[in-house]
Amino acid sequence: MVREFTAHELWFLVLAVRWTIALSAIAFVAGGAGGLVVALSRVSRSGVLAGMATAYIKVVQGTPLLMQLYLVYFGSTLLRLGSDAWTAAALGLALYASAFLGEIWRGCIQAVPRAQWEAARALGLGYPSQLRFIILPQASRIALPPTVGFLVQLVKGTSLASIIGFTELTRAAAVVNNATFRPLMVYTAVAGLYFILCWPLSLLSEHLERRLERAGASPVSFQI
Amino acid sequence: MDYVFQFGVVWREIDALLLGGWLTLRLSALAMVFGLVVGVAGALAKASRHQTLRALARAYVEAIRNTPFLVQVLLVYLGLPSIGIRLKPDQAALLAMVINLGAYTTEIVRAGIKAVPPGQIQAGTALGLSRWQLFRFVVCLPALRAVFPALGSQFILVMLASSVVSVISAEELTAVADTIVARNFRSFEVYLIVTGLYLAMCLAFQAAFAAIHRALFARWSG
Repeated sequence: MVREFTAHELWFLVLAVRWTIALSAIAFVAGGAGGLVVALSRVSRSGVLAGMATAYIKVVQGTPLLMQLYLVYFGSTLLRLGSDAWTAAALGLALYASAFLGEIWRGCIQAVPRAQWEAARALGLGYPSQLRFIILPQASRIALPPTVGFLVQLVKGTSLASIIGFTELTRAAAVVNNATFRPLMVYTAVAGLYFILCWPLSLLSEHLERRLERAGASPVSFQI
Repeated sequence: MDYVFQFGVVWREIDALLLGGWLTLRLSALAMVFGLVVGVAGALAKASRHQTLRALARAYVEAIRNTPFLVQVLLVYLGLPSIGIRLKPDQAALLAMVINLGAYTTEIVRAGIKAVPPGQIQAGTALGLSRWQLFRFVVCLPALRAVFPALGSQFILVMLASSVVSVISAEELTAVADTIVARNFRSFEVYLIVTGLYLAMCLAFQAAFAAIHRALFARWSG
């Protein structure tokens, strides 16, 4: 029996948004932790560590997210970790996020003037304290707009988890579409829901960037 | 782990995979050409004097950039037949890629046009150049030079994103890989090799774009 696309079906899609949000949040938190490790390795004085982080970023940024999800999904089956789409999707997206956030944050750390490192060392701070109290607080201010911007990429990226069988918004759309046969309506509604999630983040990112530009203008002229 | 990797059975399919890689390159190149046309049109619309046109261009860019490519592909392939537009998987994939890319290139091209110093345009106007001459001789090349790296990375992003169109069975590398997996069940091995192919294509393009950039714009580096 073909069902109609009613408010009930729309509500089913709206409820599926929580899985998209949950997956994005987990991938962002885990990817953020990984990204910090990648960024710090990238700026470390150890050539091996920096080289490994660079290779990691190159491979993740140079291959499709879908392939990464496939490899994590089928790879975890081989390692007898079970074939749970939820774990595979979260792990795959976290690895993806850690490479991108690592590269973004590397740029932000290196944007902090060298003199700040030197001053911190002159104060007798050790390397961890230099990072913790002097460099990272300044870098995080620059990092905020591009990080929020990447969050949009990540939310959109979670739609690929539907392909390996995790039921989030896009997969819920397929379920509703199979019952109602109203693809245009279903996928327009889904696109609308993604838009409602992503657009505020995009606007926030642009707003933060403009604010940073305005705030950043004075220190630069001060140096000259 | 008691799994035995078998790359042998996959290696026998390497011809099919290389053909898939070629199909991905062709699809991405077509998408890039048409996407660039849409992007230039979009950038001109955003700079237009008509408020409606500007609003439409902005709505297009924001709608595309804030929704997943996968949903756009499904909307084109599954949704458009409802209004009488029935496309084959390959056509739907190309159309979705062009629509997607057009939004991103709109922003890139716009940034390029903005990068041309206003003084040069004023100088061109003072020399009595027509609007077309102004665009052709003063704006076009410096704008292209400014955005060339961004266009290059956008092309690579589209090539990587094109793996998603395998969900509608459009012919490209990932779809070829899916077919092979359905035949020999060596999913991990097949996707690992395919990932390597994507990486190789990506690195080759980065090198090619860098070389083109040097060849085209070296004489203006001063």
